[in-house]
Amino acid sequence: MLPVLRDLLRYNRAFATGVILLAFVAGVAAMSVFSPYPPNDSFVVPPDLPPSWPHILGTTSRGQDVFWQLTFAIRNTLLFGFAVALLSRVISLAVGLVAGYKGGIADRVLMSINDTFIVMPLFPILVLFYFVMRDRMSWVWLALVMACLGWAYDARLIRSVAMSLRTREFTETGIFSGMSTRQILTQEHLPYVMPIVFSTAMNNINWSIGLEVTLSVLGFTDINTPTIGVMIYWANQHTAMVAGVWWWIFFPVMLVVATFVGLFLLAVSMNEYIDPRSRLSRMRT
Amino acid sequence: MRGYSIYLLGRLGQFALVVFIGINIAFVITHATPIDPVEQTITAATQFGSTSPEAIAMMRQSLRELYGVGGSLLEQYLVFWKRVAVGDFGPSLSAFPTPVMDLIGRALPWTVGLLLVSTVIAWLLGNLLGGLAGYYRDSRLLQFAGILAMAFHPIPYYIVAFVLVIVFGYVWPVLPISGGYAMNMKQGFDLEFFASVLQHAILPVLSLILVGLGGWFMGMRSLVSNIVADDYVGYAELAGVNRRRILGSYVMRNALVPQITALAMSIGAIFTGAIITEQVFGYPGIGSLLVSAVHAGDYSLVLGIATVSIFAVSVAVLAVDLLYPFLDPRVGVR
Repeated sequence: MLPVLRDLLRYNRAFATGVILLAFVAGVAAMSVFSPYPPNDSFVVPPDLPPSWPHILGTTSRGQDVFWQLTFAIRNTLLFGFAVALLSRVISLAVGLVAGYKGGIADRVLMSINDTFIVMPLFPILVLFYFVMRDRMSWVWLALVMACLGWAYDARLIRSVAMSLRTREFTETGIFSGMSTRQILTQEHLPYVMPIVFSTAMNNINWSIGLEVTLSVLGFTDINTPTIGVMIYWANQHTAMVAGVWWWIFFPVMLVVATFVGLFLLAVSMNEYIDPRSRLSRMRT
Repeated sequence: MRGYSIYLLGRLGQFALVVFIGINIAFVITHATPIDPVEQTITAATQFGSTSPEAIAMMRQSLRELYGVGGSLLEQYLVFWKRVAVGDFGPSLSAFPTPVMDLIGRALPWTVGLLLVSTVIAWLLGNLLGGLAGYYRDSRLLQFAGILAMAFHPIPYYIVAFVLVIVFGYVWPVLPISGGYAMNMKQGFDLEFFASVLQHAILPVLSLILVGLGGWFMGMRSLVSNIVADDYVGYAELAGVNRRRILGSYVMRNALVPQITALAMSIGAIFTGAIITEQVFGYPGIGSLLVSAVHAGDYSLVLGIATVSIFAVSVAVLAVDLLYPFLDPRVGVR
């Protein structure tokens, strides 16, 4: 594992860039521990100050320090993304491995349901969810619902790997030595799909953060827990762009874009690592 | 011919399943949550001034009927399906007494137009450029295009639209950033109105294309670079077939087949992007209607939009699926 990471860092520019971007973002999130102000307190600093010392990224119209607010926001946003990715990985692994291994009618049924979730327009459903939850909406609920809706595409990828694993000799050896289906799936097949699980997890985090930002910006989440989207929501509420308080919007947007690009580069370079054909074609050029 | 009918039946079955599961999700979300939409509407309606208890009781009764939440859970479920089947979600509360379906019907053409134009352009352009980039791997220009596509692709619709609004609204105000046509204009089928609609569509369409293009580009590039390594392409090159012909009829033609499947699979996500984009640009489509319905607390309208969206997306997926046999003749033989 470690030598692979070292080689990727040294020879794959996309991977190295992604790691640097994400390390920076994670560093900002980790700074939230040192924040002198609690995340939800407002009017603790003079409002509308442009970036300068000691408020390096300026202050908001609600009297919050943009930098410290940003550390909480990105921390919560990342936590949200990881929670969704983790939960949806469980579902997509279960569906993908079972469908790929069982084949036949089980595969047909599971993939029909799977394709249904792929094409389902999620945004109206999430808005409907917010509409009936209203004030009880919290990011835990949102993460749960999004994990239940966002596993399908990755389950399909995992299934395609599992299908080829089924015909391999070690699977037959496992069956003949009396392993149960569950044992074969968890002990024999799971390690083989782990790389693809990681790379799809990156894309899944991107997807969930994107939707969370969108919903929050519209005010369709719990607007009292700071996330990147909630920060932009409050900035819009105070018409920050018109008032010239651009730093309130600019820095959250830049940080979340850095997160997106970083995660995406990791996913792309991992895919390349998994698929040796594209690695070969890179080496030739 | 048998192959076609089997394919057709399978696709229709999938279509029915999407609608069925989607409607069920909508039902579960609206009925399994602890919050009662009737009580919510009553609270909202009575928070200003005092209302007599008898009036509230009458209101509760009629709202129950309006929302279809009276009786047992099974009865509610059947009522829910009946409404979906006949397409009647009752009158809208925020635009009383206009029926919900009328409001959706007015907004839907805008969304469909926006989606259709931007998806077709993004898909064609992305596949064309991606195909070229996969075939002519040494071209500096196409390598640069690849980097651009990679940079834009992961950014969500909202952020791209938002940045475009800032750039063209505050920094360099040359294009209209809000609305579907000029505010003071009468809607009609004349040239002036048409020009205004086009002008207002530029930014929303542009933002949808910017986000959508990268995915098609990268998908096509990797497909083409795999196909180029196949034996039959090498053979065609040795046989002296025109390079342009190899790219067009040998390589891209085959790579388009999985891209059509990908298009069908991503329609739901594109639709989500379109309604977000609409909201940012104040475009008079489904997205803007949905957001204003939530702010107005209009239960019937929100539910109606969610249901119609599920249905509309399934129809679009079915339409793409029906195009598929024209590109892949193997469907008819299987």
